[in-house]
Amino acid sequence: MKRFLLAFLFFAILIALWDCAFRAKIWSPVLLPAPQQVAEYLKTTAMDGTLLNATVITMRRLLIGYVIGLIGGLPLGLLTARWKVFHDTIGTLALGLQTLPSVCWVPLALLWFGQTEAAMLFVVVMGTLWSVVIATDTGVRHVPPIYRRAALTMGSKRLHIWLKVILPAALPFIVSGMKQGWAFAWRSLMAAEIFVTILTGFGLGQLLHYGRELSAMDQVMGVMLVIVVIGLLADKILFSPVERFLHRRWGTNP
Amino acid sequence: MRFGHKTGSVTEELALVSPSKLSIEKVSKSFRSRAGTVLALDKVSLNVAEAEFVCIVGASGCGKSTLLNIIAGLEKPDSGTVSADGKPVTAPGRERLVMFQEPALFPWLDVLGNVLFPLKLKPNLTKKDRRDVAKYYLELVDLTRFERANIHELSGGMKQRVALARALAPNPRVLLMDEPFAALDALTREQLYGDLQRIWKSRRKTIVFVTHNVREAVCLGDRVLLFSPHPGRVQEEFIIDLPRPRDLNSVELASYASRITHALKSGAQSEAGIAK
Repeated sequence: MKRFLLAFLFFAILIALWDCAFRAKIWSPVLLPAPQQVAEYLKTTAMDGTLLNATVITMRRLLIGYVIGLIGGLPLGLLTARWKVFHDTIGTLALGLQTLPSVCWVPLALLWFGQTEAAMLFVVVMGTLWSVVIATDTGVRHVPPIYRRAALTMGSKRLHIWLKVILPAALPFIVSGMKQGWAFAWRSLMAAEIFVTILTGFGLGQLLHYGRELSAMDQVMGVMLVIVVIGLLADKILFSPVERFLHRRWGTNP
Repeated sequence: MRFGHKTGSVTEELALVSPSKLSIEKVSKSFRSRAGTVLALDKVSLNVAEAEFVCIVGASGCGKSTLLNIIAGLEKPDSGTVSADGKPVTAPGRERLVMFQEPALFPWLDVLGNVLFPLKLKPNLTKKDRRDVAKYYLELVDLTRFERANIHELSGGMKQRVALARALAPNPRVLLMDEPFAALDALTREQLYGDLQRIWKSRRKTIVFVTHNVREAVCLGDRVLLFSPHPGRVQEEFIIDLPRPRDLNSVELASYASRITHALKSGAQSEAGIAK
């Protein structure tokens, strides 16, 4: 409760400072709107459904792409960890492509898929996939060999060892890879939405883009705020519980 | 006992299985390293009787752990055979469970989950049977209160007791122990000697126990085999004729230990002499 109050106070002061800056008229009100204006924007768009619509479209792209990236990345990572051939080939490819900022996929995606949902999805998948492959590979390589030996003497065999020993043992690495993949996917999707207008749906990035076109700073800042909140929520709802569980079980410090 | 409600299959599962007779015949194993080929085991032969407790003592690097791994089926010998009850050992299996120096417990499972792990590989048991069996062994090692604890919350001695419960759970005929108490403090170790002797007696297992601690070997073994290195082979055999439970600090035990230590040292010296 005390921590919550402290955080609350901190943000209240931040907004107050912003308000003061607006009242002092240091910058043009076009560039720095009042907090109330941003709140007003958020309120109207929340009421007329614009915001919710955009959020749903963005999240749908993100989630579908992310899940595809996971489903593809996990087995690929297991393959590269298990067989040298795959490590030298797919592993190297993954390492190379992971260093590529995922927004760099946007031009290629546009030329291949045109201004379609597929292009957006492709960018998100590319953002997720390689991080997950590399994290899974690293995680499996870090599993102490003694776990495997212990499982073997207890009568565990090939597939059982992979599913019940290697995979859970590598979980801390895999989860951090999933988190990184999520962050990459989220960033690249925003970039893609800002650059590219896709007529099948206007996401948060597009709202941001039109805010700039109209020089509507309240819209720009309002949408930014929503993006920040979604990022925070994803962290708290998706990853924090899993990480807490891992820390508790493994006895590692959060 | 708390297990008045035992179902048929649990009783069956907890029933004593006949301990194995092990025979190791002319087992050789060499490793290739940068310095050349090292003969870790040179035509080692030994027999272990049913329900016998055999300790193998030797300096580190004498090949005793390699021998244990070969008996377990985790490694293959270059030549020679290992057989349990007349059947050759070709792969690891739950008839011969291994306890390692590290507990090798799975950190993603709690204490009960770890003991359940080998039981889940037995398809003929129901979920409830497995829990009953696991709880029986946790009680045997006196850890019932900690069944929901995470592994990192346990002390070193408790971890090895969970590892022992996990090794006993699938009711193996043989226990292979590779310096399981080496990383523990003296007090905890002494307590575990008592536990192990008690459990060995009540569960009747054939045990092969590898250690570099001579007193530990004398305290636990019916027979102590002295291993000499380069190449690894059985140098001498001692029958420990002391009543159980044995007191680690008794004079008789100390006199056995000093004889074995003496033999161990003279072996090391003669080897140093050859090297010169």
